[in-house]
Order: sequence, then structure tokens, then C-alpha cells
Amino acid sequence: MEQYYGLFVYGLSLFTMGGIYAVMALGLNVQWGFTGLFNAGIAGFFAVGAYTQAILTTPICRDHLGCYGVSIPLAMLVAMVFSAGVAWAIARICIRLRSDYLAIATIGIAEILRLVFKNEIWATNGPRGVSQIPKAFETLPAPWNALAFLAMVAAAVGVIYIALERARSAPWGRVMTAIRENETAAAAAGKNVESFRLESFVIGSALMGLGGALMAQYLKQIDPNVSDPLTATFLVWVMLVAGGSANNKGAVLGAMLLYAVWSASELLSTRFLMLLSSDSIGALTHAEAGEWSIRFAYLRVFIIGLILQVILQMRPQGILPEVRPKPHPRRGGDRAPGITQGRKSS
Amino acid sequence: MMEFLNFYLIPGVVLGCIYALGAIGISLTFGILRFSNFAHGDTMTLGVYITLSLIHLTGLHPLAAAPVAMAVTSGLVLGMDRLFFKPFRQSATIMMVIASFGLMLMIRSAIQFFWGVQLHALQPGIARPWVLFESFRILPKHVLIIGATVVLMMAVHLLLTRTKIGKAMRATSDNPELAALTGIDTEQVIRATWVMGACLAVAAGVFLGLDTHVETMMGFKLLLPMFAAAILGGIGKPYGAVAGGLVIGIAEELSAYPWIGTEPLLPPGYKAGVAFAIMVAMLIWRPQGLFRGRQF
Repeated sequence: MEQYYGLFVYGLSLFTMGGIYAVMALGLNVQWGFTGLFNAGIAGFFAVGAYTQAILTTPICRDHLGCYGVSIPLAMLVAMVFSAGVAWAIARICIRLRSDYLAIATIGIAEILRLVFKNEIWATNGPRGVSQIPKAFETLPAPWNALAFLAMVAAAVGVIYIALERARSAPWGRVMTAIRENETAAAAAGKNVESFRLESFVIGSALMGLGGALMAQYLKQIDPNVSDPLTATFLVWVMLVAGGSANNKGAVLGAMLLYAVWSASELLSTRFLMLLSSDSIGALTHAEAGEWSIRFAYLRVFIIGLILQVILQMRPQGILPEVRPKPHPRRGGDRAPGITQGRKSS
Repeated sequence: MMEFLNFYLIPGVVLGCIYALGAIGISLTFGILRFSNFAHGDTMTLGVYITLSLIHLTGLHPLAAAPVAMAVTSGLVLGMDRLFFKPFRQSATIMMVIASFGLMLMIRSAIQFFWGVQLHALQPGIARPWVLFESFRILPKHVLIIGATVVLMMAVHLLLTRTKIGKAMRATSDNPELAALTGIDTEQVIRATWVMGACLAVAAGVFLGLDTHVETMMGFKLLLPMFAAAILGGIGKPYGAVAGGLVIGIAEELSAYPWIGTEPLLPPGYKAGVAFAIMVAMLIWRPQGLFRGRQF
């Protein structure tokens, strides 16, 4: 019984983290999948959300900003707004750049945001970070608090999924696809390409901020390394590419799958080393096992990178390829199928 | 005045030399293969760690071990090109950008796996600076770095202007279709680009290792300034990349000089932001760069 309970708790954490990554993968899907914007600075928007959540809700403020006593849901909303605001400011400058340049610019922004979180010690406690962040439902008894948190994450994923599915088949989503496929043609059809791209970038970044706000609660502590480009940016990218760009189901599936691989490989490598260093086998001393467990962590990153390369070459469309929405039948007139009916923008 | 020269301008020039060497590779890859190679910084780290191992094995001076490391790294980079970039030659360039993004993490995690993450020094001990004209001080390693960079730049210049492959590289960078029409072997040009980029990256990395220390994130930290230098100088223009690298390196160091009052103008923690600010300003106002490079 004990064993099954442990498995149950592990499953809960797996789905909760997977769900948080799914929120971010959906955000990236709006930017990259729908509109073709290469955001290599996911970590930055994620960190803005995480720090906003942390600073607004934490009851301790000896070493950093805090004690605002904002409720958790309101803080999550503000986290989204802040991430969106940062994204808006960046997009105003960089959104018209070619995809490569946008990638470089966003990587740079993530790096600068990391510097800000690290250096502005009065606000963020610098490298030591913010801890004891309040978590939703944490006052409930043992398995129920985790279950309730998972339910909240699942609800967030569900609501975002439904909203994005609607957006995708709506004229708005079709304009996004048009811009992704052929910017010049979209512009020629009278669409204001720049403002559409800006909308997409801001919405996607707000979702990444929400992911950060959820993660800050779940981990209960954050430091500037949460915006480590590795775990945040790279993992989310591989999730989306593996699941299927421009497919919302694919984004969620990719997030769940990749997080399961990520987490299981950690568990397996730890178990393997424990076995090797156990008294009965004794192939490694405990100190050696500790060092190897650090090295295995890097091996996992290598494997995730390799997965990305294999998918890019073997199945670039991902596990679930993009499905284009059927064109709406138009009342009162014959119209060739496949023509994007976008909203007029001036 | 002497303080300005000794502690800000000279380190700025040294840093600029390192950025310049790295930026040539980025600029050439962008000009010839038409994509931003995110793996360039970590290629540099790889070269430095190979140099480090060679030094441990043979006890050679870093500058003597570096050419061997350049050859090994070039071979590895050609292998990576074959495995991860060649399949996308005919695809949208963004595929290669994503592939290089993945490769960046793969190279770095492989280095961290094999070599670990602790800091290393390429040369043990602390050198005393040479003192000239009573108050002008310069570290021997800085003289070495600046001198070696000048030699490498001359070599690059001769290669690009006097040899057949160098001319083919410049032609392909200027106009790939026209170059292919005149019978230039594009694949050969691409291989030469990788080799040249890798060699210069290893040199830059070894110089940085000599100046500071060796760590697994060193290449990634250089990625942004190198891109900024390449864009500042104009994409596809190797000479522009050199100028861009020098400007960015000097600007970064001078940003910490107490221009107004006694406090540093910019807190040293934000030094890395200088390159980024210059890059964004260029992208907005003059995306073709100072030397009229390609504009995408």
C-alpha cells in the first residue's frame, strides 16, 4: 500500500509539472506554431511571471520586496500582465526583425532579465532568491493539497487549450497562419502584419508568465537560475517541436511526454547509481556516486538535444501534425476553399 | 589617465580581439550558410577543453597546443555539419537555427559530462605586468593575445584575398546563386567556412581562457557579444566583424569607467548588457551594419 501511495504522489507531481510546462508550450505554440515567431527567451518571460508571483504574495520581506499581501489568484493575473507588458515593450522594438534576429534578441533579453534578477538584490534577494512563496491550497491535508493544485493546473491548461483552439479556427488564427506562411501576401491582403505579430507575441508571453507564476508556487522558492536558459527555454522548445508545432493538442502532449522522459531519466539514473553504490555491490563509493549523479544530469540534457535533432530530421511536423481548420462555407456566394477570411484591419 | 589606459582601455582591446575572432566565424556562417549559428559559442568551449586536455597530456604551452585543438575541433565541426546541418540545406533556414540551438545544448552537456563543471586555468600562476614609461602597465598575456590576434587577422586577410577558396568564399557570401553559376563548389566553400570559423573560435576561446579561466559556460557567455559584433560590422563582412568586435569589447570595458563622478557609469554586473544594447540599436536604425553587410 505504502508503495502505491508513493507512486500516486509521484504521478501527481509528474502531471502537475507536465501541466505547468504545457501552459508554456501552448504559449510558445501561439508564437512559433501559429505565427512563426522564434522566441528563444522563454526563460525571461517565465522568470518575470515567477518573480511577480513570488514578490506579490510572499509574507516575508526582510531581504527583498514583499509583504504586499496580494491574494494568489490576483498575483497570477498580475504576473501574466507583467510578462505581457515586458513582451509588449520588446515586441515594439524587435517584432519586425527576421526570425533569426528575433531569436538572438530574445535570447539577449532573457539574459538581461537574469542579470536584473541577480543584481537588484534589494528587490529580489539576488542569487539567494525568494523562498517560502505561498502555494494555492497548501492548507489542505496531505494528498488533497497536491490534488487540488493539480486540478488548478489542469483547469488552466483546459481553459487555455479551448481558448487557443477557438482562436486558431477563428479569422484571427487564420491571419496568423497567413503571416507565418507568407508575410508579404498577408500584407498585400490588407493585414497589418506587425500588429498581428505583436498580439501573438504578447499573448504567448503572458502564458509563459502564467507558467512562471504556477512554477513559483509549486516549487515555493525561486532564484535567478529559474531563468536558466536550459530547463525553461530549451525544454519547452523540444516539447512543442516533438508534440507538433501549430497543434494545441500536440503542445500539451509534447509537454507531458517530454516531462515524463525528463523526470523518469532522472529517477532511473539516481536509482542506478544508488544500486551501484549500495553495500552489496559497492562498485562506487557514495562520493563517486554523487559526482556521477551530477554528470548524469548533463547526459539527460544531451539526450533531450538528440531527441530534438532526430525529430527535426525524421518527423519535422511532430507527433501530431498541424490540422488546418476547414474553411467556413460562406453565405450567398461561391468562394474558392482555402482562402483565409481574415478580419479587416486598418 | 594612466588608470584609464591600464585598467579599462587595454582590457577592452583584449576583449575586443577575442570577440572579433569569434564574430568572424558567425559572420561567415551567416553569410554563406544563411543562418545564425547558436552553437558557435559552444564550439569555442569545446576547442578550449580539447586544448586543456592536450596541455594536461603533453605539458605544451597553450599557444602550442591550440593548433592541434583547432584541427581536432575542425574535424568535429565538419562531422556535426554532416549530421545535423546538411539535411537542412534545402529547407527553410529556421530549421538550421533550431538544429543549432539543440546542438548548442548537446555540445555543452557533453563537455560538462566528460570534463565536469569546475573552473580550470590554462596557465598556472599569476604573471606580473610589464611596466613601461614608469606608469604604463601591461600584462604579458595581453601582449600575447593582441599580437596573436593581429597575426591571425593577417592570415585571414591573405586567405580571403589571395587564395582561390578564399575568393570563392567571398563570392558565395556576396551572391550564392551567382557563385554557384560560375562553377564554385558550394559544398567545398561550406566546409572551408566551418573549418575557418572553428579555428578562429578555438583561438578566441584559448585567448579568453588565458585572460580569465576555463569554464563550461564561457562560450555561451560570448555568444551575444559575438552576434552583436557580427551585426554591428555587417553580416557576411569579416572585416566588419573585426571592427564590430573591437567596438563592443572596448565599449563593454569602458561602460564600467567612472565617467561621471566616482561611481562606475554602469554597475559591472550589467556589462553584458552593453553588447545587447548596441545590437538592438543597430537592428533598429542600421540593420545592414556599419560596413553595409547583407540585410535579411
